Amino acid sequence: MSLTALLVDPLAHGFMQRGLAAALLVALVCATLSCFLVLRGWSLMGDAVSHAVLPGIVMAHVLALPLTVGAFAAGLFTAWLTGKMAASSRIRPDAVMAILFSGMFALGLVLFLKVETDQHLTHILFGNMLGLEWGDVGEIALIALPTTLIVLAKRRDLLVAGFDPAHARAIGLSVSRLDSLLLILLALAIVAAMKAVGVLLVVAMLIAPGAIAALLTQRFDRMLPIAIGAAMLSSIAGAMLSFHADAATGPAIVVFQSVLVALAIALQRLKARRAATV
Amino acid sequence: MKNHAPPGKAFSSSLAVSDLWVTYANGVTAVREANFALRAGTITALVGVNGSGKSSLFKAIMGFLTPTRGTVMLSGKPVREALKAGLVAYVPQAEEVDWTFPVLVEDVVMMGRYGRMNLMRIPRAADRAAVSTALERVGLADLRKRQIGELSGGQRKRVFLARALAQESEIILLDEPFTGVDVKTENAIIALLRAMRDEGRLMLVSTHNLGSVPDFCDEVVLFNKTVLAQGPTATTFTEANLATAFGGSLRHIRLGGGALHDDDDDRRVTVLTDDERPLVLYGPRDAETLVKRPPEEPR
Repeated sequence: MSLTALLVDPLAHGFMQRGLAAALLVALVCATLSCFLVLRGWSLMGDAVSHAVLPGIVMAHVLALPLTVGAFAAGLFTAWLTGKMAASSRIRPDAVMAILFSGMFALGLVLFLKVETDQHLTHILFGNMLGLEWGDVGEIALIALPTTLIVLAKRRDLLVAGFDPAHARAIGLSVSRLDSLLLILLALAIVAAMKAVGVLLVVAMLIAPGAIAALLTQRFDRMLPIAIGAAMLSSIAGAMLSFHADAATGPAIVVFQSVLVALAIALQRLKARRAATV
Repeated sequence: MKNHAPPGKAFSSSLAVSDLWVTYANGVTAVREANFALRAGTITALVGVNGSGKSSLFKAIMGFLTPTRGTVMLSGKPVREALKAGLVAYVPQAEEVDWTFPVLVEDVVMMGRYGRMNLMRIPRAADRAAVSTALERVGLADLRKRQIGELSGGQRKRVFLARALAQESEIILLDEPFTGVDVKTENAIIALLRAMRDEGRLMLVSTHNLGSVPDFCDEVVLFNKTVLAQGPTATTFTEANLATAFGGSLRHIRLGGGALHDDDDDRRVTVLTDDERPLVLYGPRDAETLVKRPPEEPR
Protein backbone atom coordinates (compact mmCIF):
# COMPACT_ATOMS: atom_id res chain seq x y z
CA MET A 1 0.00 0.00 0.00
CA SER A 2 1.44 3.40 -0.92
CA LEU A 3 1.76 6.25 1.57
CA THR A 4 -1.02 8.22 -0.14
CA ALA A 5 -3.30 5.24 0.05
CA LEU A 6 -2.41 4.87 3.71
CA LEU A 7 -2.83 8.50 4.80
CA VAL A 8 -4.76 10.48 2.18
CA ASP A 9 -7.39 8.09 0.89
CA PRO A 10 -9.21 7.83 4.22
CA LEU A 11 -9.66 11.60 4.18
CA ALA A 12 -11.84 11.35 1.09
CA HIS A 13 -14.57 10.27 3.48
CA GLY A 14 -16.46 12.99 5.35
CA PHE A 15 -16.71 10.94 8.53
CA MET A 16 -12.91 10.56 8.59
CA GLN A 17 -12.41 14.31 8.10
CA ARG A 18 -14.74 15.07 10.98
CA GLY A 19 -13.28 12.36 13.19
CA LEU A 20 -9.71 13.46 12.61
CA ALA A 21 -10.53 17.13 13.18
CA ALA A 22 -12.20 16.23 16.48
CA ALA A 23 -9.31 13.96 17.48
CA LEU A 24 -6.74 16.71 16.83
CA LEU A 25 -8.73 19.30 18.80
CA VAL A 26 -9.13 16.94 21.73
CA ALA A 27 -5.43 16.04 21.55
CA LEU A 28 -4.49 19.72 21.67
CA VAL A 29 -6.54 20.66 24.73
CA CYS A 30 -5.89 17.47 26.70
CA ALA A 31 -2.13 17.46 26.00
CA THR A 32 -1.79 21.10 27.08
CA LEU A 33 -3.59 20.43 30.36
CA SER A 34 -1.83 17.12 30.94
CA CYS A 35 1.53 18.85 31.41
CA PHE A 36 0.14 20.64 34.46
CA LEU A 37 -1.80 17.66 35.81
CA VAL A 38 1.28 15.42 35.69
CA LEU A 39 3.51 18.02 37.36
CA ARG A 40 0.98 18.75 40.09
CA GLY A 41 0.32 15.08 40.78
CA TRP A 42 -3.29 15.71 39.81
CA SER A 43 -3.64 12.81 37.35
CA LEU A 44 -6.25 11.14 39.54
CA MET A 45 -8.27 14.36 39.49
CA GLY A 46 -8.74 13.90 35.75
CA ASP A 47 -9.95 10.39 36.45
CA ALA A 48 -12.37 11.61 39.13
CA VAL A 49 -13.85 14.46 37.11
CA SER A 50 -14.27 12.42 33.94
CA HIS A 51 -16.13 9.59 35.66
CA ALA A 52 -18.26 12.09 37.52
CA VAL A 53 -19.73 13.66 34.39
CA LEU A 54 -21.92 10.60 33.70
CA PRO A 55 -24.71 11.47 36.18
CA GLY A 56 -24.51 15.06 34.91
CA ILE A 57 -25.25 13.90 31.38
CA VAL A 58 -28.32 11.95 32.51
CA MET A 59 -29.56 14.80 34.69
CA ALA A 60 -29.14 17.25 31.81
CA HIS A 61 -31.26 14.97 29.64
CA VAL A 62 -33.99 14.84 32.30
CA LEU A 63 -33.95 18.64 32.69
CA ALA A 64 -33.80 19.17 28.90
CA LEU A 65 -30.49 21.04 29.17
CA PRO A 66 -27.55 20.67 26.76
CA LEU A 67 -25.59 17.57 27.78
CA THR A 68 -22.36 19.53 27.89
CA VAL A 69 -23.81 21.84 30.54
CA GLY A 70 -24.81 18.89 32.75
CA ALA A 71 -21.44 17.21 32.24
CA PHE A 72 -19.53 20.39 33.07
CA ALA A 73 -21.59 21.08 36.20
CA ALA A 74 -21.20 17.52 37.49
CA GLY A 75 -17.45 17.57 36.81
CA LEU A 76 -16.94 20.85 38.64
CA PHE A 77 -19.12 19.72 41.54
CA THR A 78 -16.98 16.62 42.00
CA ALA A 79 -13.73 18.60 41.84
CA TRP A 80 -15.07 21.02 44.44
CA LEU A 81 -16.35 18.21 46.67
CA THR A 82 -12.98 16.45 46.46
CA GLY A 83 -11.23 19.56 47.76
CA LYS A 84 -13.76 19.98 50.59
CA MET A 85 -13.64 16.33 51.66
CA ALA A 86 -9.86 16.10 51.52
CA ALA A 87 -9.51 19.24 53.63
CA SER A 88 -12.08 18.38 56.26
CA SER A 89 -11.66 14.68 56.87
CA ARG A 90 -8.87 12.32 57.77
CA ILE A 91 -9.17 10.41 54.49
CA ARG A 92 -6.29 11.04 52.10
CA PRO A 93 -7.05 12.84 48.80
CA ASP A 94 -6.40 9.73 46.67
CA ALA A 95 -8.95 7.75 48.67
CA VAL A 96 -11.44 10.64 48.53
CA MET A 97 -11.11 10.80 44.75
CA ALA A 98 -11.39 7.04 44.31
CA ILE A 99 -14.56 6.95 46.42
CA LEU A 100 -16.08 9.98 44.72
CA PHE A 101 -15.43 8.97 41.14
CA SER A 102 -16.61 5.40 41.52
CA GLY A 103 -19.62 6.66 43.49
CA MET A 104 -20.55 9.28 40.91
CA PHE A 105 -19.98 6.82 38.08
CA ALA A 106 -22.19 4.23 39.76
CA LEU A 107 -24.87 6.87 40.33
CA GLY A 108 -24.62 7.76 36.66
CA LEU A 109 -25.12 4.12 35.63
CA VAL A 110 -28.12 3.70 37.94
CA LEU A 111 -29.71 6.89 36.58
CA PHE A 112 -28.86 5.99 32.99
CA LEU A 113 -30.62 2.63 33.19
CA LYS A 114 -33.62 4.19 34.97
CA VAL A 115 -34.10 7.13 32.62
CA GLU A 116 -34.89 6.62 28.93
CA THR A 117 -32.38 8.68 26.98
CA ASP A 118 -31.55 8.84 23.31
CA GLN A 119 -27.87 8.30 24.12
CA HIS A 120 -25.83 5.14 23.68
CA LEU A 121 -23.95 4.21 26.83
CA THR A 122 -20.99 2.96 24.82
CA HIS A 123 -20.75 6.29 23.00
CA ILE A 124 -20.61 8.17 26.30
CA LEU A 125 -18.04 5.79 27.74
CA PHE A 126 -15.81 5.25 24.72
CA GLY A 127 -16.76 8.03 22.33
CA ASN A 128 -18.12 7.91 18.81
CA MET A 129 -15.41 9.63 16.88
CA LEU A 130 -16.40 8.47 13.42
CA GLY A 131 -20.08 9.23 13.97
CA LEU A 132 -19.66 12.96 14.65
CA GLU A 133 -21.47 15.69 12.71
CA TRP A 134 -19.74 18.96 11.75
CA GLY A 135 -21.89 20.61 14.40
CA ASP A 136 -20.31 18.36 17.04
CA VAL A 137 -16.83 19.21 15.77
CA GLY A 138 -17.72 22.90 15.97
CA GLU A 139 -18.88 22.48 19.55
CA ILE A 140 -15.65 20.68 20.45
CA ALA A 141 -13.62 23.48 18.84
CA LEU A 142 -15.66 26.10 20.67
CA ILE A 143 -14.67 24.60 24.03
CA ALA A 144 -11.22 23.20 23.23
CA LEU A 145 -9.62 26.23 21.58
CA PRO A 146 -10.42 28.88 24.24
CA THR A 147 -9.51 26.39 27.00
CA THR A 148 -6.13 25.75 25.38
CA LEU A 149 -5.51 29.47 24.96
CA ILE A 150 -6.31 30.21 28.61
CA VAL A 151 -3.96 27.44 29.80
CA LEU A 152 -1.18 28.74 27.55
CA ALA A 153 -1.70 32.35 28.62
CA LYS A 154 -1.65 31.43 32.30
CA ARG A 155 1.08 28.78 32.02
CA ARG A 156 3.73 30.65 34.00
CA ASP A 157 1.35 31.48 36.85
CA LEU A 158 0.15 27.87 36.97
CA LEU A 159 3.75 26.69 36.96
CA VAL A 160 4.91 28.90 39.82
CA ALA A 161 1.82 27.96 41.88
CA GLY A 162 2.76 24.29 41.47
CA PHE A 163 6.50 24.64 41.94
CA ASP A 164 6.64 27.05 44.88
CA PRO A 165 3.20 28.13 46.17
CA ALA A 166 4.76 30.29 48.91
CA HIS A 167 6.58 32.37 46.32
CA ALA A 168 3.42 32.60 44.23
CA ARG A 169 1.63 34.08 47.24
CA ALA A 170 4.59 36.33 48.05
CA ILE A 171 4.31 37.99 44.64
CA GLY A 172 0.59 38.54 45.15
CA LEU A 173 -0.85 35.59 43.19
CA SER A 174 -3.84 33.72 44.61
CA VAL A 175 -2.88 30.04 44.62
CA SER A 176 -6.40 28.87 45.47
CA ARG A 177 -7.79 30.88 42.58
CA LEU A 178 -5.23 29.36 40.19
CA ASP A 179 -6.07 25.87 41.48
CA SER A 180 -9.77 26.53 40.85
CA LEU A 181 -8.97 27.82 37.38
CA LEU A 182 -7.06 24.63 36.58
CA LEU A 183 -10.01 22.51 37.76
CA ILE A 184 -12.49 24.50 35.66
CA LEU A 185 -10.27 24.13 32.61
CA LEU A 186 -9.94 20.40 33.34
CA ALA A 187 -13.73 20.01 33.45
CA LEU A 188 -14.00 21.95 30.17
CA ALA A 189 -11.40 19.73 28.48
CA ILE A 190 -13.26 16.60 29.57
CA VAL A 191 -16.54 17.97 28.27
CA ALA A 192 -14.86 18.80 24.95
CA ALA A 193 -13.38 15.31 24.67
CA MET A 194 -16.49 13.46 25.79
CA LYS A 195 -18.19 12.98 22.43
CA ALA A 196 -14.99 12.06 20.63
CA VAL A 197 -13.16 9.70 22.98
CA GLY A 198 -15.68 9.14 25.77
CA VAL A 199 -15.41 9.74 29.51
CA LEU A 200 -13.33 6.62 30.21
CA LEU A 201 -10.63 7.09 27.60
CA VAL A 202 -10.21 10.85 28.11
CA VAL A 203 -8.26 10.01 31.28
CA ALA A 204 -5.45 8.53 29.18
CA MET A 205 -5.36 11.61 26.97
CA LEU A 206 -5.10 13.81 30.09
CA ILE A 207 -2.12 11.90 31.48
CA ALA A 208 -0.08 10.20 28.74
CA PRO A 209 1.10 13.26 26.75
CA GLY A 210 2.29 15.08 29.88
CA ALA A 211 4.02 11.93 31.10
CA ILE A 212 5.80 11.51 27.75
CA ALA A 213 6.97 15.12 27.84
CA ALA A 214 8.11 14.93 31.47
CA LEU A 215 10.19 11.86 30.60
CA LEU A 216 11.82 13.47 27.57
CA THR A 217 12.72 16.95 28.81
CA GLN A 218 13.80 18.91 31.90
CA ARG A 219 12.50 22.19 30.49
CA PHE A 220 8.91 23.16 30.99
CA ASP A 221 8.73 25.27 27.83
CA ARG A 222 9.69 22.19 25.82
CA MET A 223 7.15 19.98 27.59
CA LEU A 224 4.18 21.69 25.95
CA PRO A 225 5.21 21.17 22.29
CA ILE A 226 6.38 17.60 23.01
CA ALA A 227 3.08 16.72 24.73
CA ILE A 228 0.97 18.31 22.01
CA GLY A 229 3.06 16.69 19.25
CA ALA A 230 2.86 13.24 20.84
CA ALA A 231 -0.91 13.55 21.34
CA MET A 232 -1.54 14.72 17.77
CA LEU A 233 0.68 12.01 16.30
CA SER A 234 -1.27 9.41 18.27
CA SER A 235 -4.57 10.88 17.09
CA ILE A 236 -3.58 10.68 13.43
CA ALA A 237 -2.10 7.19 13.79
CA GLY A 238 -5.10 5.96 15.76
CA ALA A 239 -7.60 7.37 13.28
CA MET A 240 -5.77 5.80 10.33
CA LEU A 241 -5.43 2.46 12.07
CA SER A 242 -9.11 2.45 12.90
CA PHE A 243 -9.95 3.15 9.24
CA HIS A 244 -7.72 0.49 7.71
CA ALA A 245 -8.12 -2.17 10.38
CA ASP A 246 -11.73 -1.34 11.20
CA ALA A 247 -10.77 -0.79 14.86
CA ALA A 248 -12.48 1.48 17.41
CA THR A 249 -10.97 4.95 16.96
CA GLY A 250 -10.78 6.27 20.55
CA PRO A 251 -9.17 3.10 21.91
CA ALA A 252 -6.74 2.99 18.95
CA ILE A 253 -5.55 6.52 19.80
CA VAL A 254 -5.08 5.60 23.43
CA VAL A 255 -3.12 2.46 22.45
CA PHE A 256 -0.76 4.63 20.38
CA GLN A 257 -0.29 7.05 23.28
CA SER A 258 0.54 4.17 25.60
CA VAL A 259 3.11 2.88 23.11
CA LEU A 260 4.69 6.36 23.05
CA VAL A 261 4.84 6.38 26.86
CA ALA A 262 6.66 3.04 26.78
CA LEU A 263 9.06 4.36 24.15
CA ALA A 264 9.71 7.51 26.21
CA ILE A 265 10.50 5.41 29.29
CA ALA A 266 12.90 3.25 27.23
CA LEU A 267 14.57 6.34 25.75
CA GLN A 268 14.97 7.97 29.13
CA ARG A 269 16.53 4.79 30.58
CA LEU A 270 18.91 4.61 27.67
CA LYS A 271 19.94 8.23 28.24
CA ALA A 272 20.43 7.64 31.96
CA ARG A 273 22.56 4.55 31.26
CA ARG A 274 24.67 6.42 28.72
CA ALA A 275 25.16 9.29 31.20
CA ALA A 276 26.22 6.79 33.87
CA THR A 277 28.86 5.13 31.67
CA VAL A 278 30.42 8.40 30.45
CA MET B 1 14.24 50.98 38.30
CA LYS B 2 12.51 52.28 41.35
CA ASN B 3 13.38 49.63 43.88
CA HIS B 4 16.95 49.02 42.91
CA ALA B 5 19.00 50.95 45.42
CA PRO B 6 22.72 51.34 44.84
CA PRO B 7 24.88 50.19 47.78
CA GLY B 8 24.76 52.67 50.61
CA LYS B 9 21.37 54.13 49.75
CA ALA B 10 18.93 52.98 52.39
CA PHE B 11 15.48 51.57 51.79
CA SER B 12 12.81 53.05 54.01
CA SER B 13 11.41 49.63 54.78
CA SER B 14 9.97 48.55 58.10
CA LEU B 15 8.15 45.59 59.59
CA ALA B 16 5.73 46.08 62.46
CA VAL B 17 3.80 43.34 64.23
CA SER B 18 1.33 44.59 66.80
CA ASP B 19 -0.87 42.62 69.16
CA LEU B 20 -0.80 39.64 66.81
CA TRP B 21 -2.83 36.53 67.67
CA VAL B 22 -3.10 33.38 65.58
CA THR B 23 -5.61 30.75 66.69
CA TYR B 24 -6.28 27.74 64.46
CA ALA B 25 -9.68 26.18 63.82
CA ASN B 26 -8.83 23.35 66.24
CA GLY B 27 -8.54 25.90 69.07
CA VAL B 28 -4.74 25.87 69.33
CA THR B 29 -3.32 29.35 69.79
CA ALA B 30 0.06 29.44 68.04
CA VAL B 31 0.82 33.13 68.47
CA ARG B 32 -0.42 35.31 71.32
CA GLU B 33 -0.03 39.05 71.71
CA ALA B 34 3.16 39.30 69.64
CA ASN B 35 4.66 42.78 69.32
CA PHE B 36 7.87 43.80 67.61
CA ALA B 37 9.21 46.24 65.06
CA LEU B 38 12.16 45.95 62.69
CA ARG B 39 13.98 48.60 60.67
CA ALA B 40 15.70 48.74 57.30
CA GLY B 41 19.34 47.72 57.09
CA THR B 42 19.19 45.06 59.77
CA ILE B 43 19.22 41.28 59.92
CA THR B 44 17.03 39.89 62.67
CA ALA B 45 17.04 36.29 63.86
CA LEU B 46 13.71 34.82 64.87
CA VAL B 47 14.76 32.15 67.34
CA GLY B 48 12.59 29.57 69.06
CA VAL B 49 12.12 25.84 69.54
CA ASN B 50 10.20 23.71 67.05
CA GLY B 51 6.52 24.23 67.75
CA SER B 52 7.10 27.68 69.23
CA GLY B 53 4.81 29.27 66.64
CA LYS B 54 7.70 30.66 64.58
CA SER B 55 6.29 29.36 61.33
CA SER B 56 2.77 30.56 62.18
CA LEU B 57 4.24 34.00 62.81
CA PHE B 58 6.05 33.80 59.47
CA LYS B 59 2.87 32.76 57.71
CA ALA B 60 0.97 35.65 59.25
CA ILE B 61 3.66 38.11 58.17
CA MET B 62 3.53 36.72 54.62
CA GLY B 63 -0.28 36.81 54.61
CA PHE B 64 -0.51 33.01 54.16
CA LEU B 65 -2.90 32.94 57.10
CA THR B 66 -5.19 35.58 58.51
CA PRO B 67 -4.45 36.59 62.10
CA THR B 68 -7.23 36.17 64.62
CA ARG B 69 -6.38 39.58 65.99
CA GLY B 70 -3.80 42.28 65.49
CA THR B 71 -1.96 43.68 62.49
CA VAL B 72 1.16 43.23 60.43
CA MET B 73 2.42 46.29 58.57
CA LEU B 74 5.16 46.05 55.94
CA SER B 75 6.75 49.39 55.11
CA GLY B 76 3.57 51.02 56.39
CA LYS B 77 1.30 48.93 54.16
CA PRO B 78 -1.06 46.07 55.04
CA VAL B 79 0.34 42.68 53.98
CA ARG B 80 -1.79 42.15 50.87
CA GLU B 81 -0.92 45.57 49.50
CA ALA B 82 2.76 45.08 50.25
CA LEU B 83 2.79 41.72 48.44
CA LYS B 84 1.06 43.21 45.41
CA ALA B 85 3.66 45.97 45.37
CA GLY B 86 6.42 43.35 45.31
CA LEU B 87 7.97 44.56 48.57
CA VAL B 88 8.45 41.12 50.08
CA ALA B 89 10.56 38.14 49.02
CA TYR B 90 10.41 34.73 50.65
CA VAL B 91 13.19 32.15 50.72
CA PRO B 92 11.46 28.84 51.44
CA GLN B 93 12.60 25.78 53.35
CA ALA B 94 13.91 22.98 51.14
CA GLU B 95 10.91 20.74 51.91
CA GLU B 96 8.39 23.25 50.56
CA VAL B 97 9.65 22.97 46.99
CA ASP B 98 9.19 20.18 44.44
CA TRP B 99 12.76 19.61 43.17
CA THR B 100 11.71 17.29 40.34
CA PHE B 101 9.93 20.13 38.51
CA PRO B 102 11.25 20.69 35.00
CA VAL B 103 12.55 24.18 35.70
CA LEU B 104 16.09 25.45 35.20
CA VAL B 105 18.03 27.58 37.67
CA GLU B 106 17.45 30.66 35.51
CA ASP B 107 13.71 29.89 35.30
CA VAL B 108 13.44 29.91 39.09
CA VAL B 109 15.30 33.23 39.36
CA MET B 110 13.07 34.64 36.62
CA MET B 111 10.05 33.80 38.81
CA GLY B 112 11.26 36.63 41.04
CA ARG B 113 10.45 39.00 38.19
CA TYR B 114 6.89 37.76 37.57
CA GLY B 115 5.33 40.42 39.79
CA ARG B 116 6.85 43.08 37.53
CA MET B 117 5.79 41.56 34.22
CA ASN B 118 2.53 41.86 32.32
CA LEU B 119 -0.22 39.25 32.75
CA MET B 120 1.38 36.92 30.19
CA ARG B 121 4.71 37.10 32.12
CA ILE B 122 6.79 37.76 29.04
CA PRO B 123 10.31 38.76 30.13
CA ARG B 124 11.85 41.99 28.85
CA ALA B 125 15.52 42.89 28.56
CA ALA B 126 15.47 44.43 32.06
CA ASP B 127 14.13 41.17 33.51
CA ARG B 128 16.84 39.10 31.79
CA ALA B 129 19.50 41.52 32.98
CA ALA B 130 18.24 41.33 36.57
CA VAL B 131 18.34 37.51 36.43
CA SER B 132 21.92 37.49 35.10
CA THR B 133 23.10 40.01 37.70
CA ALA B 134 21.47 38.06 40.53
CA LEU B 135 22.98 34.75 39.36
CA GLU B 136 26.43 36.30 39.15
CA ARG B 137 26.12 37.76 42.64
CA VAL B 138 25.38 34.39 44.20
CA GLY B 139 28.05 32.70 42.07
CA LEU B 140 25.74 30.45 40.07
CA ALA B 141 26.10 31.99 36.60
CA ASP B 142 27.78 28.81 35.32
CA LEU B 143 24.92 26.61 36.51
CA ARG B 144 22.04 28.66 35.12
CA LYS B 145 21.00 26.03 32.57
CA ARG B 146 20.90 23.19 35.11
CA GLN B 147 17.64 21.65 36.24
CA ILE B 148 17.03 22.84 39.81
CA GLY B 149 17.11 19.33 41.32
CA GLU B 150 20.65 18.72 40.01
CA LEU B 151 22.09 21.27 42.44
CA SER B 152 23.44 20.66 45.94
CA GLY B 153 21.54 21.85 49.02
CA GLY B 154 23.67 24.98 49.38
CA GLN B 155 23.41 25.85 45.69
CA ARG B 156 19.63 25.49 45.85
CA LYS B 157 19.53 27.98 48.73
CA ARG B 158 21.59 30.40 46.69
CA VAL B 159 19.17 30.06 43.75
CA PHE B 160 16.38 31.28 46.01
CA LEU B 161 18.54 34.12 47.30
CA ALA B 162 19.17 35.05 43.68
CA ARG B 163 15.42 35.01 43.11
CA ALA B 164 14.96 37.41 46.05
CA LEU B 165 17.68 39.65 44.57
CA ALA B 166 16.05 39.60 41.14
CA GLN B 167 12.76 40.50 42.80
CA GLU B 168 14.47 43.62 44.19
CA SER B 169 12.39 43.41 47.35
CA GLU B 170 13.20 45.53 50.34
CA ILE B 171 11.94 42.99 52.87
CA ILE B 172 13.22 39.40 52.75
CA LEU B 173 12.03 36.54 54.93
CA LEU B 174 14.23 33.45 55.14
CA ASP B 175 12.98 30.20 56.65
CA GLU B 176 15.78 28.07 58.12
CA PRO B 177 18.36 29.07 55.49
CA PHE B 178 21.09 26.81 56.87
CA THR B 179 19.40 23.43 57.10
CA GLY B 180 21.28 20.83 55.08
CA VAL B 181 24.06 23.27 54.17
CA ASP B 182 27.78 22.74 54.81
CA VAL B 183 29.83 25.28 56.76
CA LYS B 184 31.56 26.69 53.69
CA THR B 185 28.24 27.38 51.96
CA GLU B 186 26.82 28.72 55.20
CA ASN B 187 29.62 31.30 55.30
CA ALA B 188 29.03 32.22 51.67
CA ILE B 189 25.32 32.72 52.37
CA ILE B 190 26.11 34.80 55.47
CA ALA B 191 28.47 37.04 53.44
CA LEU B 192 25.70 37.52 50.88
CA LEU B 193 23.10 38.33 53.53
CA ARG B 194 25.41 40.91 55.08
CA ALA B 195 25.96 42.55 51.71
CA MET B 196 22.21 42.66 51.15
CA ARG B 197 21.75 44.19 54.58
CA ASP B 198 24.35 46.84 53.79
CA GLU B 199 22.23 47.84 50.79
CA GLY B 200 19.52 48.72 53.28
CA ARG B 201 17.27 45.68 53.08
CA LEU B 202 15.33 44.38 56.05
CA MET B 203 15.81 40.68 56.67
CA LEU B 204 14.08 38.33 59.09
CA VAL B 205 15.65 34.90 59.44
CA SER B 206 13.82 32.10 61.18
CA THR B 207 16.43 29.72 62.59
CA HIS B 208 17.23 27.30 65.35
CA ASN B 209 20.90 27.30 64.35
CA LEU B 210 22.04 29.17 67.46
CA GLY B 211 25.76 29.27 66.73
CA SER B 212 25.52 31.30 63.55
CA VAL B 213 23.17 33.95 64.96
CA PRO B 214 25.92 36.16 66.50
CA ASP B 215 27.87 35.90 63.23
CA PHE B 216 25.42 37.80 61.11
CA CYS B 217 22.33 38.94 62.99
CA ASP B 218 22.15 42.48 64.36
CA GLU B 219 18.98 41.86 66.29
CA VAL B 220 17.28 38.89 67.87
CA VAL B 221 13.64 38.12 68.52
CA LEU B 222 13.33 35.22 70.97
CA PHE B 223 9.98 33.61 70.44
CA ASN B 224 7.77 31.09 72.14
CA LYS B 225 4.10 31.75 71.33
CA THR B 226 4.92 35.38 72.05
CA VAL B 227 7.98 37.65 71.99
CA LEU B 228 10.09 36.72 75.04
CA ALA B 229 12.86 39.21 74.32
CA GLN B 230 13.88 41.49 71.50
CA GLY B 231 16.95 43.63 71.04
CA PRO B 232 20.54 43.80 69.80
CA THR B 233 22.22 40.39 69.60
CA ALA B 234 25.00 41.31 72.04
CA THR B 235 22.62 42.11 74.88
CA THR B 236 19.61 39.93 74.06
CA PHE B 237 21.21 36.68 72.92
CA THR B 238 22.22 35.66 76.44
CA GLU B 239 22.28 32.36 78.22
CA ALA B 240 19.50 33.45 80.56
CA ASN B 241 17.21 34.55 77.71
CA LEU B 242 17.93 31.41 75.72
CA ALA B 243 17.18 29.25 78.73
CA THR B 244 13.76 30.95 78.96
CA ALA B 245 13.10 30.56 75.24
CA PHE B 246 14.16 26.96 74.96
CA GLY B 247 13.30 25.59 78.38
CA GLY B 248 15.01 22.25 78.78
CA SER B 249 15.18 21.39 75.11
CA LEU B 250 18.75 22.53 74.50
CA ARG B 251 21.90 20.55 75.01
CA HIS B 252 23.74 22.44 77.69
CA ILE B 253 27.43 21.75 78.31
CA ARG B 254 29.44 23.75 80.82
CA LEU B 255 33.13 23.47 81.59
CA GLY B 256 34.72 25.39 84.45
CA GLY B 257 36.83 25.19 87.56
CA GLY B 258 39.18 22.24 87.76
CA ALA B 259 37.86 20.71 84.55
CA LEU B 260 39.04 23.70 82.53
CA HIS B 261 41.78 25.46 84.46
CA ASP B 262 44.72 24.30 86.56
CA ASP B 263 44.51 27.42 88.76
CA ASP B 264 41.51 29.04 90.45
CA ASP B 265 40.50 30.96 87.30
CA ASP B 266 36.70 31.10 87.54
CA ARG B 267 36.10 31.62 83.83
CA ARG B 268 34.08 28.86 82.22
CA VAL B 269 32.97 27.62 78.81
CA THR B 270 29.26 27.14 78.06
CA VAL B 271 28.02 25.33 74.98
CA LEU B 272 24.34 25.62 74.05
CA THR B 273 23.14 23.60 71.10
CA ASP B 274 20.16 21.84 69.65
CA ASP B 275 22.53 19.70 67.62
CA GLU B 276 23.18 22.26 64.92
CA ARG B 277 26.15 24.62 65.19
CA PRO B 278 26.53 25.25 68.95
CA LEU B 279 26.57 28.56 70.75
CA VAL B 280 29.77 28.95 72.77
CA LEU B 281 30.18 31.39 75.65
CA TYR B 282 33.34 31.95 77.67
CA GLY B 283 34.27 34.23 80.56
CA PRO B 284 34.02 34.80 84.31
CA ARG B 285 31.04 33.34 86.14
CA ASP B 286 27.79 35.10 85.18
CA ALA B 287 29.65 37.42 82.83
CA GLU B 288 30.34 35.01 79.98
CA THR B 289 30.36 36.54 76.55
CA LEU B 290 29.86 35.15 73.08
CA VAL B 291 32.89 33.48 71.57
CA LYS B 292 33.18 34.93 68.07
CA ARG B 293 34.66 32.66 65.48
CA PRO B 294 37.59 34.10 63.57
CA PRO B 295 36.47 35.32 60.14
CA GLU B 296 36.75 32.60 57.53
CA GLU B 297 39.45 32.86 54.91
CA PRO B 298 37.88 33.85 51.59
CA ARG B 299 38.07 30.96 49.17
